[in-house]
Amino acid sequence: MSPGELGWWGVAIAILGGAIRVSTPYLFVSLAETLTEKSGRVNLGLEGTLLMGAMSGYGVSYLSGSPWLGVAAAAGAGAAFGLLHAAVCNLPRVNDVAVGIALFIFGTGLAFFLGKPFVQPQAPRLPTFELGGFSSVPAIRAALDVSPLFFAGIAAALIMRWAFVNTRWGLIVRAVGDNAEAARAAGYPVNLTRTLATATGGLLAGIAGAFLSLSYPGTWAEGLSSGQGLMAVTLVIFARWRALNCIWVSLLFGGASALGPALQTVGVAGYYYLLGAAPYVLTLALLIASSSRRHRLVGAPGELSINR
Amino acid sequence: MRKRFGNVQALDGVSVRFEPGTFHALLGENGAGKSTLVKCLMGFHAADSGVIRIDGEARAIPDPRAAHALGLGMVYQHFTLVPSMTVAENLLLARADIAGLIDWRAERRGIDAFLARMPFSLDPDAPAVTLAAGEKQKLEILKQLYLGAQVLILDEPTSVLTPQESDEVLCHARRLADAGVLTVVLITHKFREVRAHAREVSVMRGGRNAGGGPVAALDADALVEMTFGERPVAGSTRRGDRTTGERYLELRGMSALNDRGAPAVRELSLQVAAGEIVGVAGVSGNGQRELVEVLAGQREPESGEITVAGRAYRRTRAEMRALGVFLLAEEPLASSCVRALSVADNLALRDFDAPPFARAGWLVDRAAIERRARDLIGRFSIRCAGPHARVDTLSGGNVQRAVLARELSGDERLLVAQNPCLGLDYGATREIRSRILEARNRGAAVLLLSEDLDELLELADRIVVMLDGRLVFATERAQAGASEIGRHMTGHHAASVTA
Repeated sequence: MSPGELGWWGVAIAILGGAIRVSTPYLFVSLAETLTEKSGRVNLGLEGTLLMGAMSGYGVSYLSGSPWLGVAAAAGAGAAFGLLHAAVCNLPRVNDVAVGIALFIFGTGLAFFLGKPFVQPQAPRLPTFELGGFSSVPAIRAALDVSPLFFAGIAAALIMRWAFVNTRWGLIVRAVGDNAEAARAAGYPVNLTRTLATATGGLLAGIAGAFLSLSYPGTWAEGLSSGQGLMAVTLVIFARWRALNCIWVSLLFGGASALGPALQTVGVAGYYYLLGAAPYVLTLALLIASSSRRHRLVGAPGELSINR
Repeated sequence: MRKRFGNVQALDGVSVRFEPGTFHALLGENGAGKSTLVKCLMGFHAADSGVIRIDGEARAIPDPRAAHALGLGMVYQHFTLVPSMTVAENLLLARADIAGLIDWRAERRGIDAFLARMPFSLDPDAPAVTLAAGEKQKLEILKQLYLGAQVLILDEPTSVLTPQESDEVLCHARRLADAGVLTVVLITHKFREVRAHAREVSVMRGGRNAGGGPVAALDADALVEMTFGERPVAGSTRRGDRTTGERYLELRGMSALNDRGAPAVRELSLQVAAGEIVGVAGVSGNGQRELVEVLAGQREPESGEITVAGRAYRRTRAEMRALGVFLLAEEPLASSCVRALSVADNLALRDFDAPPFARAGWLVDRAAIERRARDLIGRFSIRCAGPHARVDTLSGGNVQRAVLARELSGDERLLVAQNPCLGLDYGATREIRSRILEARNRGAAVLLLSEDLDELLELADRIVVMLDGRLVFATERAQAGASEIGRHMTGHHAASVTA
């Protein structure tokens, strides 16, 4: 059956499939940013972390032959970048936004530099769950070809939500991010907490990078991340700093990203690049809609410098 | 105990003894060294010399954690709650020994049982951000008790509370002391609180002991003399006859939203004539802050008209200058100062771009600004390292004095003041109140918003009560009764009136 025969259903299925596929990195980076911001810092360097993760994941997968080893390498590289961000921010009178931008540029450059040898070769990719086996429609089978990392992301969101309420560590992260003075008075180490939160955030962002290079689109190229690490900041605002909301927001952004390719299946190809801009238009629209001259952002951690 | 900060001798050989199970007040003016003393006790500062004995044993207290372990707990002036967390979460967080995995069911049982033992309670599921100031203060006290504190130090806890709230909180603290559960140390500069609640008092002046003893054995004059020494207290302007001129400020049906976008001021109408003080009473958080911000041009009103001197008032800098509008807003460091600028620059914020401080409207004469700053620093006794000191290095009381110096320039025709004496000591309070009266006697229209009912009863010609963004009661000075106003402040009568 050709896609054309499915008509607009085909578009819907393609958007759904795209949403699931494209949302995974969004989910990981938005969770990463949520965790970092909950601890009271903004990490604008996630874009660089994402590319470092993608590059190291791809490289290790290619050299070792194991894509999962690649994911582990990407997580490690991400955590290292998170640590770097945190370590610099721990110095007195250092601004987290400036450090983030520096790491964004540094990470991007370093990933391109170290990743040059991996542009051509094909590394082994991550396996997928073929959940569409019940259907004979190829479009459905393609849409339900889901990466395990998607489920890992959803599990990470659930765990994060649970941990913020039910673990000592979760309470401390929230306290440090909402009122550092109070946390300090209670004897909790502010900088150490932020360091661990930022490093864990970096780890998640690294995994997002591994998804990009090892699953979808599944290759290493410059410009692979297309700004997703930066958009994480918007996603987190829209998700109101709640881990579970990150799932819905990521699916929404994933769906928007899939708009162009989906419409192509019914032959609407003329606006491919214009439609490719959909997530960015959505980002702008959300930023405008969620900001107000009249009131502050609801749910924002009190210690965020952008919120002061 | 001795402690030196740079060239300031904050503590100069102070000795105090707190008996178990008493309510002990530590009285003194701003800068008398009270806070420094307890910060040494709590391990925030190390004393240069001196010993701390607890139950007769000399103890070293290197950090706050050590103080907690010895059963010392402190409630600070500013809140140390995590706003987005619930009461239960805030209590739990205060404990150092919480398990990695929290068994909320067991913890909740413990917290509920603890709250049931306390003389006052709070909803454990309420987020701290939704609590009123008095409730937050209670949660701070609960937190210390939950930690097992045997000595509770309250650092000017009532500076953010209404009179009713502070009486309630202090009564609870006193009851705990009387029951022998707790030794309470109250740091304050308010004589009323000492007389009403404390059993023992120690007075500090200039970093030294200035007297003390059982409160019952000391009369008011003795306390005042210990606190201020022989120094005369400045300012006692007599209230001139009321010569109410024409209506100067008028608000008609004004509404405004708060920071969260909810209505804060609702359809408020109000008139202030030249030569009168209109006092606005009310518990904080009933829209007073938003009202002042609208008048200051810091917040856009949703609807309504504002006229000054009969003309629509758009709250521009030019209008403020032309119409003589001056403002003493709450939290002056945040609302009326530029933190990173010097004292001199902050004093010049109103007129740095007008002659004689600016030539041709743009070339600023720094020398003239500095000369004027030195003059004002002297006249308003602002304690600072000089006109070039950053304004955020000043203590709260001195920031307040700096803003007062700027805004009470002598040619004010409309003065809007919100809690102008909050956190100031006795002497400064007398002085500021007399300056406000002076402005009125000169013919200025004064809108005075205050949580201190005594202040309003002393100063205002008319008093209106603000509740939930509306004016709910109006009375003339002659007929004003504190209890009736208090009833309206808490909303036992609810009907909108026009003042």
